[in-house]
Amino acid sequence: MNVNDYLIVATIIFCIGALGVLIRKNLITIFLSLELMFNAANLGFVAVSEYLNLISGDIFVIFIMVVAAAEAAILLGIAIAFYREKGTINIDDANELKF
Amino acid sequence: MNSKDLIVWLIPFFPLLGAILWGVFGKYFKNYSGYLGSIFIIISFILSVIIFFIVAYGHGFTSILYQWIDASYFKVNVSTTIDRLSVVMLVMVTGISALVHIYSIGYMKDDKGFARYFSYLNLFVFSMIMLIMANNFLLLYVFWEAVGLCSYVLIGFWYEKKSAVDAGKKAFIVNRIGDFGFALGVMLIFITIGTLNYSTVFSDIHTLPPYLITTIALLLLAGAVGKSAQFPLYVWLPDAMEGPTPVSALIHAATMVTAGVYLIARCHIIFSYSPDASNVVLIIGGVTAFIGAFSALTQFDIKRIIAYSTISQIGYMFMAVGIGSYAAGMFHLLSHAIFKGLLFLTAGSVMHGMSGELDLRKMGGLYSKMKITAITFIVGGLALSGIPPFSGFFSKDAILADLFNKGDYLFWIIGVLVAFMTAFYIFRLIFNVFFGESHVDKNLHVHESPKIMTIPLIILACLAGIFGFIGLPPFNHSIFYKFINKDFANSFNFAPAVNNYPWYLLSAISVIAGLGGIYIAYVFYIKKSFDLEKLKSKFKPIYDLSYNKLYVDEIYDFVIVNPMKNFAIFLWRIVDILVIDGAVNGIAQYVSITSSKVRKLQNGMLMSYIVTLTVGVIALLAYYFVR
Amino acid sequence: MSIFLKYILSIIIFFPLLSALLLVFINKKAEGLLRNLATILSLAEFVISLFLFIYFKSNTYQFQFVERFSWIREFGATYFLGIDGVSLFLILLTTLMTFIALLSSYKYIKEHVKEFVILMLVLETFMLGAFASLDILLFYLFWEFMLIPMYYIIGIWGTGRKVYSAVKFILYTLAGSLIMLFGLITIFILHYNQTGNFTFNLLKLYHTNIPLTLQIILFIAIFLGFAVKIPLFPFHTWLPDAHTEAPTAGSVILASVLLKFGIYGFFRFAIPLMPEASIILTPVILVLAVISIIYGALVSIVQKDLKRLVAFSSVSHMGFIVLGLFAMTAVSVDGSVLQMINHGISTGALFLFVGMLYERSHTRLIADFGGLTKKAPILAALFMIAVLSSVGLPGLNGFVGEFLILVGSFKQYTVFTIFATSGIIFTAVYLLWMFQRVMFQDITNKNNENFKDMTLREIITVLPLILLMFFIGLYPDVLLSRINPTVVHFVNIIEHNKYAYNLIKAKMGLFNA
Repeated sequence: MNVNDYLIVATIIFCIGALGVLIRKNLITIFLSLELMFNAANLGFVAVSEYLNLISGDIFVIFIMVVAAAEAAILLGIAIAFYREKGTINIDDANELKF
Repeated sequence: MNSKDLIVWLIPFFPLLGAILWGVFGKYFKNYSGYLGSIFIIISFILSVIIFFIVAYGHGFTSILYQWIDASYFKVNVSTTIDRLSVVMLVMVTGISALVHIYSIGYMKDDKGFARYFSYLNLFVFSMIMLIMANNFLLLYVFWEAVGLCSYVLIGFWYEKKSAVDAGKKAFIVNRIGDFGFALGVMLIFITIGTLNYSTVFSDIHTLPPYLITTIALLLLAGAVGKSAQFPLYVWLPDAMEGPTPVSALIHAATMVTAGVYLIARCHIIFSYSPDASNVVLIIGGVTAFIGAFSALTQFDIKRIIAYSTISQIGYMFMAVGIGSYAAGMFHLLSHAIFKGLLFLTAGSVMHGMSGELDLRKMGGLYSKMKITAITFIVGGLALSGIPPFSGFFSKDAILADLFNKGDYLFWIIGVLVAFMTAFYIFRLIFNVFFGESHVDKNLHVHESPKIMTIPLIILACLAGIFGFIGLPPFNHSIFYKFINKDFANSFNFAPAVNNYPWYLLSAISVIAGLGGIYIAYVFYIKKSFDLEKLKSKFKPIYDLSYNKLYVDEIYDFVIVNPMKNFAIFLWRIVDILVIDGAVNGIAQYVSITSSKVRKLQNGMLMSYIVTLTVGVIALLAYYFVR
Repeated sequence: MSIFLKYILSIIIFFPLLSALLLVFINKKAEGLLRNLATILSLAEFVISLFLFIYFKSNTYQFQFVERFSWIREFGATYFLGIDGVSLFLILLTTLMTFIALLSSYKYIKEHVKEFVILMLVLETFMLGAFASLDILLFYLFWEFMLIPMYYIIGIWGTGRKVYSAVKFILYTLAGSLIMLFGLITIFILHYNQTGNFTFNLLKLYHTNIPLTLQIILFIAIFLGFAVKIPLFPFHTWLPDAHTEAPTAGSVILASVLLKFGIYGFFRFAIPLMPEASIILTPVILVLAVISIIYGALVSIVQKDLKRLVAFSSVSHMGFIVLGLFAMTAVSVDGSVLQMINHGISTGALFLFVGMLYERSHTRLIADFGGLTKKAPILAALFMIAVLSSVGLPGLNGFVGEFLILVGSFKQYTVFTIFATSGIIFTAVYLLWMFQRVMFQDITNKNNENFKDMTLREIITVLPLILLMFFIGLYPDVLLSRINPTVVHFVNIIEHNKYAYNLIKAKMGLFNA
């Protein structure tokens, strides 16, 4: 398989993730979609890194995974706090960020 | 500083000291402020007399106190010029002031503003002395304004009375209009001559082109017209009678209002090099003399009658200086100061005896009750009417003779006519107040004034009787002319005499006019040969015109005051608030309206933010690729 | 002593700031202590600033008491201080007026006393810093900082629509100064392009060659900044609002010091940096100045609110100062500088008196007063002197400055001067009419039956100003002899600028033809 195929797959996964973020209302689902997007990016990194014979792409991926893990913890914490506040995790109820 | 300088600076020092003492510590001095204030002025008077003799038997000099302003090429000193003109004025001003101060002790007795009154009065004397002694135009202007200020505070002395305060304000503002011209004149002198010192200005003025000299002269004239209550700025003087009567005598008859004449006499060189400006002076003088006398004919307020008389008499002086007869103008200034001061003080004495009554219809038959006042008043009236041997005869006839001999027949006719009207109105006043049947309120206790008031009257009356004799022998050979003409020797003789009629012929005509006026007043008010009411209705338009003082105040209100006020309101309401502030607030409003629209984008829905974000990213990517 | 004199400017500038710092540690409930301490410290500050006056050499135009340290080396910004005859008296005015303003607010300011006195002292530091800076970045910093304390002073201790006025004040001036910043930075960059050096040193920037068109654009930009501050018609509408709603102390500082920054800015920055442009634009500015004079005076006539009247009178008086400055003769500029001080003194005094009236009867409407002379003769007398000083009565301070301005401008700008001179009539009209309605006639308002005369503290507050009015009126040489060398140098710079000189000549030619 050449690198293009990997990139196409990564793009498709990214788009699915993006679409999920855009159209789903459930906070958890959105979070999952975000993770999809991350991993699509990771896939691209790994593929190109392999293709160019560089190690830096792989290092980035590890970084991203660590950061994403930390993020996941925070996001889940927010989700729980949100649920406690509103009694729901529907994204449409997060509507107070305005003027 | 030698002794001469010391004497010179002590003359204004004492009144200034008095002004500060009574002004700041008035409540500790109480009645002493009157006596001490009078003594201060008497000291100044004595010093003035000493200076007078020093100058009369020596020569004039200047004395510098200190450098006042030193701004690059603009340098002005506080310094004096002592010459014949100024010593004559000094003696007159301090002398009359001293008498008025003494009189005021009686007149203002029991007034709660006693110390304040003497503070103002001393301040006035100080300013007037400095005005006379100044030796440059800026200093002159400074004290020109300062006497205006004193006049303002003294007219409005009884500040609870709206009319008094209004009158004071009117006097100050009308004077400021004149001073506007004066200030421009001073500036013009500075930029054309390069200095404001009298000696340099007068010696260099002839090097300027004629139009500049005329402009300077006319601008200075504006100041003189304002201060001396000449047409068209005379409207403040009748109102100024709201002030205490001694103030009217001192400021608004004897001294300050004649400052305009003094100014022209002082600047005689400038005016003599500008026949055009001198002609304007002559015309203004003639018009004012007539208007003043005409307005005085029908008034009922005794002080106002005398005030209009002052306007009219100063008109005479303007006519005199307008034809280059500076000595005659100064002569009339001095003799007028004496008899008009006398008339006002006697009027004050009448008021004092009548508890403040001013309307001559409510008087009559007062002769028996206040003999000294009546006699001195009549002396003043005779002097004003120009009946020999009183001082007014000599000085007024000197002007009339000069007018005729220099060929200004029109103004001579006006002068004689005014002399006739003058005699009529002043004797209308005398007959109505002192003779005939009494219209006095029965409850009113009419009494003669105390000695402290009558003695100054007697002194002034004697002066009015004898002062004129310094005008003998007539004209240029007289004592006074010989003395003062040395100062006027440098002026340019722009109006040489064309006739040389003997003085007795001309004097006879004006004396006949004066006697005629007195006779008609006698016929009207004592014999009552005519039905006055009938006469009044027959000449109603003329009577109304005179009674309403030619409607000048109303015209000024309509033409100047009200439009100005409305314009100011327009500027404030429309230009300021609506246009400028409207534009500013409009911009602010525009921003806030726009932002209230834009902020709708920020709807708080997380979803819409994400969509916006995505669209933005895609747009950026698209831009990147398409480019 | 020598070290003290060497760093005297820094000491003067930062002494109030340190005083404010000291006050921070005092319990905010101890209001009396706070007030007394702040007043005493500001008096001490004034006394220190008098050393400037004593040790000032009056025979040179060079900057004196110069201090210079590197500040931000990368931009060539320095901590560069120095004063000449003009800034000397403005600094003295600032320290004096701050003391007086603090003294005047003992009764007026009743809440948040601690914050108030601290803000006043901080404001003083910024004002002094701006007057003493010779580095344009430093100047700009102080200039902008000044707005902040003033904003709070109006917004917190003001009356009526105070927030509106405070916001209007800050937006108006901020808009002006941002445009000005653009101009200053452009000159900075131009100078870099010409010499290869980054510097904010004003004295070096003076030598920047700016092409004429750019000069005009920049001049207009900087002009806007200063014109708003002065304020010149038609940029004046913030002033009546700010003055009216500000507390007495705020109005006093605003009128006597803050407005002077506009003129000072022209004198120190706009004209010497861009002499040709300023000469070309002089007629426009003079027209605005003359309009300000007459417009301000006319609008003052019909004001119903005392403070608003005094505010509009400021517009009129500042017009005179602009006229004198832009006539650019030694006499007129002398007059302008003197008149800056005079206006600070007399308008400051007027605001103090209006404040006293307000403290007593809680109204500023002229119609609510009348007949107060009977109840308060001392107030009447001193108020009268302040009014007459503002009217420009000879013998008091206002006259000397006004007359120098007019006589200096007369030759070259005769028509403008004639119009300006007519302002003296209107000034008399509005001030005397106001005074009459407030102090004379009978008492119409029952609230004023118990009107109290001035207390000792109030007399002490205004007495320095009253004495100065007489002193400057009778002996202005003390000021003029120190101002004059600076002014003559300033005028010479303009005239020696060759291109500018030619322009003047060309203009004279036009006048002659």
